Amino acid sequence: MTLPSLNLLLQSILSGIFIGGMYSMIGLGLGLSWGLLRQINLAHFGFVFLSAYLSYHMVSVWGIDPLLTLLILPPFFFAIGVAQQWLLSRFKISPFNSLLVTFGFTVMIESLIQYVWTADFRKLQSVYGEEKFKIGGLFVPVPELLTLLLAILFAFGVWAAMRFTDIGKAMRAMAEDGPIAAAFGINQRWLSLMLSGTCVALASIAGVCFALTFTLTPTQIFSWVGVVFAVVMLGGLGSALGPLVAGIIIGVSEAIAMAIFAPSWAPIVSFSLLILMLLFRPGKA
Amino acid sequence: MKSLKRIVAMAAIAAGCLSLAASPAKAQSGAQGSPVRVGSTLALTGPLSATALVHKLVGEIYVEDLNSRGGLLGRKVEWIVKDDQSKPDVARTLYEQLVTSDKVDLLMGPYATGAILSAIGVAQRYNKMLIHHTMGVPSLAKYDMHFPAWSLGPDPGTTVPNTLFDALAASPKPPKTIAIVTSKFPSLHFLSLGAREVAKKRGLQEVLFLEWEFGNRDFGPIAARVKDAKPDLVFVGDIGLEGNMLLEAMKKLDYEPPLHFHLYPAPGPMATAPETKNALSVTIFEEHAPFTNDPVAAKFVKTYNERAKAAGFPYTKVEVQAAASFTAWQLLEAAATATKSLDDKKMAEWLKANQVKTIQGTLRFDKGNNFGDDLMRIKQVQNGNWVTVWPKEWAAPGAMLKQ
Repeated sequence: MTLPSLNLLLQSILSGIFIGGMYSMIGLGLGLSWGLLRQINLAHFGFVFLSAYLSYHMVSVWGIDPLLTLLILPPFFFAIGVAQQWLLSRFKISPFNSLLVTFGFTVMIESLIQYVWTADFRKLQSVYGEEKFKIGGLFVPVPELLTLLLAILFAFGVWAAMRFTDIGKAMRAMAEDGPIAAAFGINQRWLSLMLSGTCVALASIAGVCFALTFTLTPTQIFSWVGVVFAVVMLGGLGSALGPLVAGIIIGVSEAIAMAIFAPSWAPIVSFSLLILMLLFRPGKA
Repeated sequence: MKSLKRIVAMAAIAAGCLSLAASPAKAQSGAQGSPVRVGSTLALTGPLSATALVHKLVGEIYVEDLNSRGGLLGRKVEWIVKDDQSKPDVARTLYEQLVTSDKVDLLMGPYATGAILSAIGVAQRYNKMLIHHTMGVPSLAKYDMHFPAWSLGPDPGTTVPNTLFDALAASPKPPKTIAIVTSKFPSLHFLSLGAREVAKKRGLQEVLFLEWEFGNRDFGPIAARVKDAKPDLVFVGDIGLEGNMLLEAMKKLDYEPPLHFHLYPAPGPMATAPETKNALSVTIFEEHAPFTNDPVAAKFVKTYNERAKAAGFPYTKVEVQAAASFTAWQLLEAAATATKSLDDKKMAEWLKANQVKTIQGTLRFDKGNNFGDDLMRIKQVQNGNWVTVWPKEWAAPGAMLKQ
């Protein structure tokens, strides 16, 4: 093992912060759905990729600015989230069964993507894709920075909404004790639909960020499941700020492992952190 | 009246005789008319499906052309292809089905090492010959009736790096230092380890060696370490998009490696992305002369380009995968035609004893594990296209290795 130069270490940490932002962006909606709706929505990953492909299509075929897709796609995905929640509640799907059902949705979404855009690689080429600037000796790529800023913005936005608005308080009450919340006049059904729609809309924003940064292929959907699950569990189910902090911790830890030791150690990091959390702070994850 | 009856009786007898005479002919004609059934699986869905679609298109093109030329041994060829979902266990089950339930006459191998090994197991159990497309680890293929259409030789861990280093040694500025960074994907890892050994023997100084798990998401720290190591040559043991991701990460650090070689990149994205300029890789066929001097190759390239475009493939050029697939069908046709038989054993014996001219060169199967010569060549991305640059006799007209 040789110690890396300071610049290499700092650049790697920056890279870790950026990938942490992506973990957080994907994990935010998943964690809210899991913690507040008690649904382990695996289809969340499918929605992220569907959104990424749709933004790719809008930019590449229709010539729309990628940032504009951030305004177009969320309402559409909000409606999908509402429909999904309606379906799950209509058939009274239990939390465990939601894992299986939404896994099925994910497979269907993957097949749909493969049917429309084929299994081949797709890369969103945009004016933002190659933008970067330099601070000292460190390079800062604009798409990754945008993802990080959006992750921070939405994490704090959702946190503030949950803490300071009536609807947020009602959602927390519903998650805490549904029947008692209902006794105080909280419309659980309506709130669940809104929350599910919001989570899937957040997935769509993560999808646009994903398309700006990564080359797309349908089967990548499942390669993000493990690490994002670790982020969500480490950050705390239903927490808005937790995934942001956990995402950055995991991203930076992976990056340091890659910079100092070997890149092949990186996947061990996220799950080691999760196991340590479960051992020393049981009940927090 | 009597004569009328006699005429009717004679006509009936004549008709009977004719029908008796015609019956065997009809039966014989039926036997000749029944198609030769060739069975295979391809990863039509799942993570390997992008490449499998290339193999499917090539198979369709070849079978159509073969049938237009009269088929195999005067019989039409029917290709039965099943989806192994990129899963070796599914491939094994489907090959069992093809042999026992579909009762195919011949087997054609799948694509990718895992599925090929599964298919070889089934072929061995039923004494069937198996010609396959792109088997990446020759040491694993032990069956004596398997035949690789991808000519990477019995010891690619030594021969492939040597071909690369020969090409670079002949360039105006041969590298003195090397960074080897590799995925731990099985078909790549042993080649990268081989490159380490060969580089050491040839006096190249290794300044960095890194491995990552297949599916790695963040290439930023790897790019930063390569930049820090300042190698003359980066040997990347990559598959699919990994090489693109690494080069994108390097570009974000304003770093462009002087020379970079990629083992199995996704051909389209690697050829067309701006940051992949001058990328080196291995090939068995590219669609330029002298490969296309062979009229069979030229015709195939033309048809493939058109059909791939019509099918909506993002990359419509013939390269390694399509060429290996075409070669597999050429081997099958050559063996059946030469032996005038569909007997697996006879065809296998013929393939072992003879050389077959294919679009990637002349193949033989008389070395370790039925592999023959290593016909891998070095290609480079130049002006958004792959062109062969080494060895000189296979280089595109006027093409030279760029640095």
